[in-house]
Amino acid sequence: MLRRTKVLAGLFGLALAAATGAALAAGEQFVPLLSYRVGPYAAGGSGFFGGYIDYMNYVNMKEGGINGVKLSWEECETEYNNSRGVECYERLKKHGGGASMVQPLSTGISYSLIDRVATDKIPLVTIGYGRTDAADGSVFPWVFPMITTYWSQASDIIKYIETKAGGADKLRGKKIVHLYHDSAYGKEPIPVLEAYAKQLGFELTLIPVAHPGNEQGAQWLQIRQIKPDWVILWGWGVMNPTALKAAAKVGYPRTQIIGDWWAGSEEDVIPAGDAAKGYTAAAFNGSGANLPLVQAIKKVVYGAGKGNLEDKSRIGSVYHVRGIVSGIVTVEAIRVAQEHFGKGKVMTGEQVRWGLDHLNLTEARLKQLDADGLMPPTHVTCEDHEGSGLARFQTWDGNEWKVVSGWISPDKQMLRAMIVESANKYAKEKGITPRDCSKEG
Amino acid sequence: MSFFFEVLVAGLLSGVMYALVALGFVLIFKASGVFNFAQGAMVFFAAATFAGLQQEHHLSVWLALPLALVAMVVLGLVIERVVLRPLVNQPQITLFMATIGLAFFIEGMSQMFWGSTPRGLSIGIEDQPFQWVSDRLNINISQFDVFAAFVSGILVVLLALFFQRTRIGRALRAVADDHQAALSVGIPLQYIWAIVWAVAGFVALVAGMLWGARNGVGFSLTFTALKALPVLILGGFESIPGAIVGGLIIGASEKVAEVYLGPHVGGGIEGWFAYVIALAFLLVRPEGLFGEKHIDRV
Repeated sequence: MLRRTKVLAGLFGLALAAATGAALAAGEQFVPLLSYRVGPYAAGGSGFFGGYIDYMNYVNMKEGGINGVKLSWEECETEYNNSRGVECYERLKKHGGGASMVQPLSTGISYSLIDRVATDKIPLVTIGYGRTDAADGSVFPWVFPMITTYWSQASDIIKYIETKAGGADKLRGKKIVHLYHDSAYGKEPIPVLEAYAKQLGFELTLIPVAHPGNEQGAQWLQIRQIKPDWVILWGWGVMNPTALKAAAKVGYPRTQIIGDWWAGSEEDVIPAGDAAKGYTAAAFNGSGANLPLVQAIKKVVYGAGKGNLEDKSRIGSVYHVRGIVSGIVTVEAIRVAQEHFGKGKVMTGEQVRWGLDHLNLTEARLKQLDADGLMPPTHVTCEDHEGSGLARFQTWDGNEWKVVSGWISPDKQMLRAMIVESANKYAKEKGITPRDCSKEG
Repeated sequence: MSFFFEVLVAGLLSGVMYALVALGFVLIFKASGVFNFAQGAMVFFAAATFAGLQQEHHLSVWLALPLALVAMVVLGLVIERVVLRPLVNQPQITLFMATIGLAFFIEGMSQMFWGSTPRGLSIGIEDQPFQWVSDRLNINISQFDVFAAFVSGILVVLLALFFQRTRIGRALRAVADDHQAALSVGIPLQYIWAIVWAVAGFVALVAGMLWGARNGVGFSLTFTALKALPVLILGGFESIPGAIVGGLIIGASEKVAEVYLGPHVGGGIEGWFAYVIALAFLLVRPEGLFGEKHIDRV
């Protein structure tokens, strides 16, 4: 019933502050949540923002906030719509003394906010999505495509395929199909895949799928004819289960399909039923209800009846944990900022950016947070706003995701050159003078 | 050649799935002259209700199916009572706008009742090729698609009989021609509309179950309406056989275009290619292949 109440609230555009139990008060660190709990992408949005809120609640309840500064938040429903996202950002950016940072979980909305956040001095954090070349922090000081970008992911996928093939040299003459959502998101990794095809000598075929991707008969007949050794599935929403079902229909083995991390949640495989068994996807976060931090959140937050997910079976799901990771990044960046600017004080957006620029989530720190295995170690600097690039791979066994690889590192050297080139081009177009990171404190 | 034949057959069978959704539009249009923008949302609500009753309330398929049907009939009756009845004799554009509002309401209501998480749905028919056809002809023909074609065929026959051979069916056609004239000869408009919306709910349930079994039950089912639009333009908004023939033409041509033309123009063309075909037909035959030709006296 509470879920119904919440969705109703979303439907009528009401703020969900009451439902989350968060209240704005002086001396609290405010985090605006540009969430989406209704509409076509509500499944991912509700899991992610549920995890994000659960972690902030956990920090408030267990530690009394960050050095005594409690976190507060307010949700605004974007429905994954760019104009609604901008509207929500404008509405919330000055609430609660000012936004600490914004994480819209939408590449489209993040593109729309790039110029605005620079003007407003509010960091934009895009974990695993958004503009890849924003990893160059000298050109994009306010944007943090943290942990890993689309280009790193493409590199990680090729490296994983190399391990399965028995080495990079074994890819020569092989056929790889990139089956992608025909959008900016789906096209983003193409330059990296093309560079690899040239370097490693495999034959790359690009097959786009028109939005929303609920009909892929023609694409899979093409794949059946090509007989590729591997298919990279770069899908979104209904495109993913449809692809897996269509693959089964033409008899293509799912063990040879490698998805990206937006094709690697429970919501992507459960609708496909048995057709998803054996399918592997990339991940930059762990999942599972038995992870220590998830257990702790369950005990502290859900035990007190303050958990955000109505469907308790989703606790520890891929999207839920991804939201927890975003919560960790938020809290730790504020903590780093406080250590520099004054413990127990509310940080401004500018100070939080400093915290993000100096965020070093080492294995030891992640262990202290009970988050080892939950995300890869990440070290952000002024120049490098990605900070990691690591991804690992998980296979769906019909019931749950099983991790089948360690953290795989992308070809940083190749990608960095591409990122700098693209960022410099952007700086030239926009008349931006890149900041000198050697002079940043 | 066998590959071309496989593409063609796959396209024809996909077209039947589009036609299933198009049938719901045709029903409403035939009876009220209204293009029901909410048909995709009805498909979603129907499938979500059926899957939700099974998975959330652990009901057997034999209990979930009639209950979902009851829900769709009730929805149809409520729409008639609350939305359409107050709009009798209003311009058709007003009724069309009302269905736009209805679409958003039904989408929100579905997520409110059944949550936003997509569900799997099995109706016991595997989406796998017939092995003996694959072995002998090297052509994959999906068992599921053939089943869907069979179901569509039965639906078309039943609906055609309903419209042509029953009193209610004839009354429906009279109402579609002219609300006021139908009322003046004693045809109960509200009763007729309630029936047709209930039948459209039933068709939405069938379409939702088949599309849901194919791709999963989630919000994306509302997008199936996009696939039905070119079918309607081509087949005619008022023709039940037109929905099927339109579906077959659209399905086959978009698949053939995607496979043979797509690679030369960057791919991903089937989404808009169907509309190109529909537009071409529209220019030559505005009422569609099977639509009624309107002759206006001037």
